[in-house]
Amino acid sequence: MPELHSAEGTSNKPVPAHEEGPEPPHYVITAENLTKTYGDVTAVDGISFRVPAGESFGLLGPNGAGKSTTMKMIGGVSQRTSGNLTIMGLDPEQNGPEVRAHLGVVPQQDNLDEELKVRDNLLVYGRYFGLPMSYLRPKADELLEFAQLTDKAKSKVDALSGGMKRRLTIARSLINEPRILLLDEPTTGLDPQARHILWDRLFRLKEQGVTLILTTHYMDEAEQLCDRLIVVDKGRIMAEGSPAALIRDYSTREVLELRFGSERNASIGAELEGIGERLETLPDRVLIYTHDGESALEEVSARGLRPLTSLVRRSSLEDVFLRLTGRSLVD
Amino acid sequence: MTLLTQGHAVTEEARNRRFGPLYSRNARAVIGRGLMATKSSNWMVMLSGFFEPVLFLISMGVGMGAVVGSVAGPGGQEISYAAYIAPALLAVSAMNGAVYDSTWNVFFKMNFAKLYQGMLYTSLGPLDVAIGEIVLALLRGLLYATGFTAVMGLMGLITTPWALLMIPASVLIAFGFASFGMGITSFMKTFQQMDWVNFIMLPMFLFSATFYPLSVYPEYIQWLIQAMPLWHGVELLRQISAASFTPATAIHAGYYLVMIVLGLMLTTGRLRSLFLK
Repeated sequence: MPELHSAEGTSNKPVPAHEEGPEPPHYVITAENLTKTYGDVTAVDGISFRVPAGESFGLLGPNGAGKSTTMKMIGGVSQRTSGNLTIMGLDPEQNGPEVRAHLGVVPQQDNLDEELKVRDNLLVYGRYFGLPMSYLRPKADELLEFAQLTDKAKSKVDALSGGMKRRLTIARSLINEPRILLLDEPTTGLDPQARHILWDRLFRLKEQGVTLILTTHYMDEAEQLCDRLIVVDKGRIMAEGSPAALIRDYSTREVLELRFGSERNASIGAELEGIGERLETLPDRVLIYTHDGESALEEVSARGLRPLTSLVRRSSLEDVFLRLTGRSLVD
Repeated sequence: MTLLTQGHAVTEEARNRRFGPLYSRNARAVIGRGLMATKSSNWMVMLSGFFEPVLFLISMGVGMGAVVGSVAGPGGQEISYAAYIAPALLAVSAMNGAVYDSTWNVFFKMNFAKLYQGMLYTSLGPLDVAIGEIVLALLRGLLYATGFTAVMGLMGLITTPWALLMIPASVLIAFGFASFGMGITSFMKTFQQMDWVNFIMLPMFLFSATFYPLSVYPEYIQWLIQAMPLWHGVELLRQISAASFTPATAIHAGYYLVMIVLGLMLTTGRLRSLFLK
């Protein structure tokens, strides 16, 4: 198992973005030692990554990890304190309007134009990119269909549900046919149905070659959508790789979850010693990280221990995430 | 479904425009947005902005005018009280319209509707946004000024064709207030602070030689009032309405030109530091 807290942990894995192949990939984003401080607070602390065209790249991390700040720097609406950053070969600070002409942005909070109707939101936003109405009219209709909002075209924005607003924001971000789509927590606050519809739409965009840059703290979302991701905590990169590689490197294949009741959970650790690769005691349950959950469970029974409940499951990105960023509450 | 993501020549064209770091030569998109939003929601506010000075003119000019009789105009000639205060009211309405648009409207869009954040995530720069919003304020000012001048004409208060120059001069006054107002608004964080705007505007309206000549004040108050922008606007329009041009006319207009330049510098700098921090 590679050392914790090291972004080099995956260097032996075939990660396409960092390979020096015969044809070097075309990077749409390169960040080197990107740093952002607000007064005494360091929001982003020297992170480096490169994103090739067409990749779906995730930034994972708890609240306050520096994900949104990184997104803002990519969009050229926040100035970095130090380090280098290029988007499509341009510096977003020096060429803000030009860089953003290539971008589609879905901010964390919807900022739709409430004074305009649904379809007009798309038209007006397209005008901000200097696009002609002859292009925008059919494009707006196409995007409304994509966002499943065709019958809401003449509605007021107020009248839309949270999921509809989110889809409209995403449709809006596509009006200029961006090469790179920045999505800052795209599904936060949506119900499961709305999330799945959104994932489907994003997956279609990916199929069409759009580079997706996505922040999230939903692990299932990252597993669904990201080819490769970095786990960020306190402004630093904790790990980097594909979801599968991260699970392989930072967790085991399976996890055995045992509940002995909150009284006994804390003291049972010593009796479970030696079962599986690693043991983690939580207030409500004990987790045993192992390659074979069933045989670990047999071993537990063989030692005469009788858990109230037991569950064998596959390891997920969530296990990786919690291991890398800790279980304490961050705000 | 085929959602074309790189299939149109126009998106390529739009990306290959000439861009500056703060400006994409596209303020007209901001103006277009404002007109579209006005069409659907703001027109009641616009209407009230037009009637306010008209009501003042009728009550003060006609009502008070009956008591006051005629007064000395800018060239020393006798004019009716209504003709005396009408250009001043026009200057006040130019100020009010521009300040309303550039303070309350901008404050709301900046802090609540998050409109500018959205705009600045497109290929618009902060200067496009500033110019666009100011031009919108000026269009409104132009509309009010034209309407009010027409009312003056109907009431028989226009005696010279030069008076038509009051319309562009009103736009100049509005420009000065709008360019400054937007910059000042960028410092405001709460509604309480926004009330300071009214706290400055009301006394300026009442005391800037709007309803009576400056000569009623002691000298040190006169200097204070002459330093204020509205007085220059009132005097400028009053001189134009009577076609009584003096070197002071140029000073009044110059005051606004300086105000416009300084205001635009302030506003663009503030927008940059607010949104590109």
